[in-house]
Amino acid sequence: MIRDITIGQHFPGNSLVHRLDPRMKIILTMGYIVLLFLAANPGGLVLATVLLGILYRVAKIPLKLIVKSLKPILPIILFTVVLNLFFITGQGSPLFEMGFIKVYIEGVRYAVLMGVRIVLLIAGTSLLTYTTSPISLTDAIERLLSPLAKLHCPVHELAMVMTIALRFIPTLIEETDKIMNAQKARGAQLDSGTLQQRMKAMVPILIPLFVSAFRRADELAMAMECRCYRGGEGRTRLKQLRLTSTDWASFGVCMVIFAGIWATNLLFTGL
Amino acid sequence: MAAIIRAENLTHIYGQGMPDAATAIENLNFEIEEGEFVGLIGSTGSGKSTLINHFNGILKPTTGKLYVDGQDMWADPKQIRKFRFLVGLVFQYPEYQLFEETVEKDIAYGPTNMGLSPQEIAQRVQQAAQLCEIDSEMLKKSPFELSGGQKRRVAIAGVIAMRPRVLVLDEPAAGLDPEGRDNILSQIKAYHKETKTTVVLVSHSMEDIAKYADKVIVMNQSKIAMYDTTEKIFARAQELLQMGLSVPQVTKIFLKLRELGIDVPTDVYTIPYAVKTILAAKAAKEGGKV
Ligand SMILES: Nc1ncnc2c1ncn2[C@@H]1O[C@H](COP(=O)(O)OP(=O)(O)OP(=O)(O)O)[C@@H](O)[C@H]1O
Ligand SMILES: [Mg+2]
Repeated sequence: MIRDITIGQHFPGNSLVHRLDPRMKIILTMGYIVLLFLAANPGGLVLATVLLGILYRVAKIPLKLIVKSLKPILPIILFTVVLNLFFITGQGSPLFEMGFIKVYIEGVRYAVLMGVRIVLLIAGTSLLTYTTSPISLTDAIERLLSPLAKLHCPVHELAMVMTIALRFIPTLIEETDKIMNAQKARGAQLDSGTLQQRMKAMVPILIPLFVSAFRRADELAMAMECRCYRGGEGRTRLKQLRLTSTDWASFGVCMVIFAGIWATNLLFTGL
Repeated sequence: MAAIIRAENLTHIYGQGMPDAATAIENLNFEIEEGEFVGLIGSTGSGKSTLINHFNGILKPTTGKLYVDGQDMWADPKQIRKFRFLVGLVFQYPEYQLFEETVEKDIAYGPTNMGLSPQEIAQRVQQAAQLCEIDSEMLKKSPFELSGGQKRRVAIAGVIAMRPRVLVLDEPAAGLDPEGRDNILSQIKAYHKETKTTVVLVSHSMEDIAKYADKVIVMNQSKIAMYDTTEKIFARAQELLQMGLSVPQVTKIFLKLRELGIDVPTDVYTIPYAVKTILAAKAAKEGGKV
């Protein structure tokens, strides 16, 4: 069901992962993503999976949750996998041949790597939002981007837009679910028919959804103004972000593991 | 009369198999007869909405069975749409489901999905609009320019236009002014009387339930605590109060009178009946004196 999507949700806790400085978490997550695409062999990806598994364990986030949130993205993953499977041509003879479809060993390898990568990508970024409250996330983004403010880039505003967007993902999902049910009760057919029919069937869902999103935006803007929000200028914080020795230690450990993952590229080049 | 809705060991667990699994309704067994007006009460979170979302197949029972018009609803999941037309469900705050350019078109959405002829649709829209007191001027307006109460009426008309055999309403009067409440509910009652449609009404207002329902289902902590005629339910005021529910004001007065040693019946729950019993008691007293 659509409610199963948990990306962008926050699960409060007090684990090491939760307490880590959000700036550090963002940088490490970005590093992790880059690494996923640099790691070109199974060994590296296995290591990356193990690392993420341990982090989920430490953060006490049930793995079931990530399985559940991956379900809706399954079509995308399958699509990528299948595409790679059929269109990568390798040397040597194909493993399997049927008409114009030829599957090579390289294709299988690439497809599996790609699938694992996407899963890890989503699981990794989800961990960031699961363990970081939207407020500290924006704070961190704002601080990381603060050098750009000198170039007259509205860093604070951008960060605020991002937080609000993140914050409203679950709300809008819930709302979509409600509206879908209401239209289903009036006989809407959402999951059958031709592509054109299905697109048409989305109209009764999208219109109320947009109307309600605009209403919410309006109410939120009003509430922000009532509390005298006027952008980031001269704004001080109750909780200042400060890097502790734990942060640096965690950073160091992660860097070593990252290096290890990258090094597998050099070790198993033959694979 | 035959049972239009029958539940057998109906259980629903949200997020089954997850660490946060919650049993919203547990092992319900009951029947709703065709042509009845049934009230559904229960404190917040007792599972009322979860239960009625099963009536037209929006939710699927985790275990147990639900029979509508004698047919097992989930025998063939592909046929579920048939039950959506048999049981019309008006959700809490239904005004957020409006989407068409005009009120008229929005009311016609359900009947159009049923695949009816244009004449039939037009006729049904007219009738449903009349029932919900939507005049022809309002029919041409955009649903987004209406007031909250008007939108609510349009949404209810949209379900009535499908002419379901069972009409289920989840707090149709929530957030309306007293006049709007009475209007909507008495229109539903009139519709029920006229068409013999079975109605299930979820409400937090004991006064409304007392006034309109013939029978009442009381839910408490995922289970059905009582299911009886309205007077018998409100005669068990003590139990209702323990569940965090209440009884109508008149019933409270009569209970107090009884506590004071005055011999009055305890099953009084509407004002007209209360007046009648008081007058009868007065007549008896005066008759006794002479
Ligand atoms: N989508 C959901 N996911 C998980 N749990 C849910 C969901 N919807 C309801 N619940 C839980 O199921 C229980 C019953 O909820 P339900 O909405 O049926 O109550 P209700 O009787 O309609 O309450 P109210 O009078 O407030 O409308 C509650 O404990 C609620 O937390
Ligand atoms: Mg409810």
